[in-house]
Amino acid sequence: MYTGKLRQVLLITDGCSNQGEDPIAMAALAKEQGITVNVIGVMEHDVIDEKGMTEIEGIAASGGGISQIVYAEALSQTVQMVTRKAMNQTIQGVVNRELQQILGRSKTMEDLPPEKRGEVMEIVDELGETVDLEVLILVDTSASMKTKLPTVKEALLDLSLSLNARTGENLFSVYAFPGKRADVEKLLDWTPNLQSLTSIFSKLSTGGITPTGPALRAALSSFNQKPSLRSLLASDDESYFEESM
Amino acid sequence: MMNHTLKNPCKVSPGTIIKGKWHGNQYTIIKELGFGANGVVYLAKGRNGQVALKMSTNGMSITSEVNVLKSFAKVQGTSTLGPSLLDVDDWEVNRSKISFYVMDYLQGIDFLSFIEQKGKSWMPILILQLLNDLANLHDNGWVFGDLKPENLIVTGPPPKIRCIDVGGTTVRGRAIKEFTEFYDRGYWGLGSRKAEPSYDLFAVAMIMINTAYPKRFKKTIGGLKQLTEAICQKPELTKFNKVMIKALQGHYSTAIQMRTELLAKLTQPKQDDRKQPSAVPITKKSNKSVKSSPPLSRQHYRKTKKRKGWMDFFVILALLGALYGFYIFTKLL
Repeated sequence: MYTGKLRQVLLITDGCSNQGEDPIAMAALAKEQGITVNVIGVMEHDVIDEKGMTEIEGIAASGGGISQIVYAEALSQTVQMVTRKAMNQTIQGVVNRELQQILGRSKTMEDLPPEKRGEVMEIVDELGETVDLEVLILVDTSASMKTKLPTVKEALLDLSLSLNARTGENLFSVYAFPGKRADVEKLLDWTPNLQSLTSIFSKLSTGGITPTGPALRAALSSFNQKPSLRSLLASDDESYFEESM
Repeated sequence: MMNHTLKNPCKVSPGTIIKGKWHGNQYTIIKELGFGANGVVYLAKGRNGQVALKMSTNGMSITSEVNVLKSFAKVQGTSTLGPSLLDVDDWEVNRSKISFYVMDYLQGIDFLSFIEQKGKSWMPILILQLLNDLANLHDNGWVFGDLKPENLIVTGPPPKIRCIDVGGTTVRGRAIKEFTEFYDRGYWGLGSRKAEPSYDLFAVAMIMINTAYPKRFKKTIGGLKQLTEAICQKPELTKFNKVMIKALQGHYSTAIQMRTELLAKLTQPKQDDRKQPSAVPITKKSNKSVKSSPPLSRQHYRKTKKRKGWMDFFVILALLGALYGFYIFTKLL
């Protein structure tokens, strides 16, 4: 299952979905495919209502990821922190599975004495630095998000700055929902650099419904399409990572 | 998810007894010293006196900090970098497990309060000390990462700056683990988040700016322009503006380079500030490398060193001569 590459969806939203499939179910579907779903809820002066909060936490929980509610000003710091944390969490999950195979069931890193834990942690750190990462960013562009979009753009540029300091490869892809015609619209295809976002974001129009569930489903299919194309180019890279495990 | 639950289990009241699962040591909580993104630090009483105890529900961050502290302990002469590690363990409470580690309790005042109390003249001196420690850290393959006044305390007397939180300390060449926007060159658009010495030196310059702007400031236009303007508006900073701007631009590749130039600014006689142009060849007065670039000032340093070397040579020669004379004298008798 582990291909030496981490896949994440990062959902940035400010409230509740109101159309289509249940986003929590879609997040569970993502998890089944080995894709982690992280959610960041953006507030401004207002607070996110109880229902929105529950949904945000629910999506992350069933997507095996992390959720965080933040004020718009703290978005940059949070986006990179959540992505990194989720990445480490996934790596730790993988390492724990390996440990279970060696040490028997119900043994995880936390069950090791502190001295041994340090050695395992070094491996986790090493992997966090070198593993390839694919992040699909899903931005809510419903009307209420309009004022927050410049901050979202800044936060995403900051994210690519943080991740590109790693040794491992990164690929980003950006989707907005609702799209002009469909539930979701592709803004940026898989790319190692988010710099080109600047021009795209300024043209972005906001408004309409919040089809979080359908957007998630559409985003997942983009993960499935891409590897077939890319594996031609990067097949030898992947085998290298398997060896290093 | 993790963050919502993070704070509560780690909040314990004074008097609570923390007992380690693995090593069995007991610690009585005295008071809270501070908290950060990754946990809470308490002052506690152990078997051998007062200690600082950091706990977190995130065992990973505790483990990785312990790794850093352990590697500091292996290196000779790095005792000043961080506190020394005393114990690592888990505390089982209410069916949940909290990881903690125990270190020396460094008693002191935080960096900004110290300068406020003792005066601005302490700022460059503490920065010189800090640069020395950073040079040591960098030489051992680490970059501090999350360098900010909150992570620096001044112990003493005699006053000595110490780094207290190694949560952001990263292996050189990797991506910085943890940072704070104001002190992060990436935030200002002035460089990458790769762990290299120049990343820390940028933060040092920002800490210097911070002493003149205790409330910090927000990014407006960002980049070098905003920071340069901030420096120029404060007379206590303008003296060091060349050094600071070079650090902000990432022109120093080692902490020692920055330290040498900062020291030169400090020891420079006041009246010479402007009058002595760089055209004057290097004279005996070793203090005026006003306009000189780093290689020049290093040459300078070597020169004074060489002169000192000759002095030593003659003293030793005279001493040996005297001893030999005495030896011959006794033989003759």
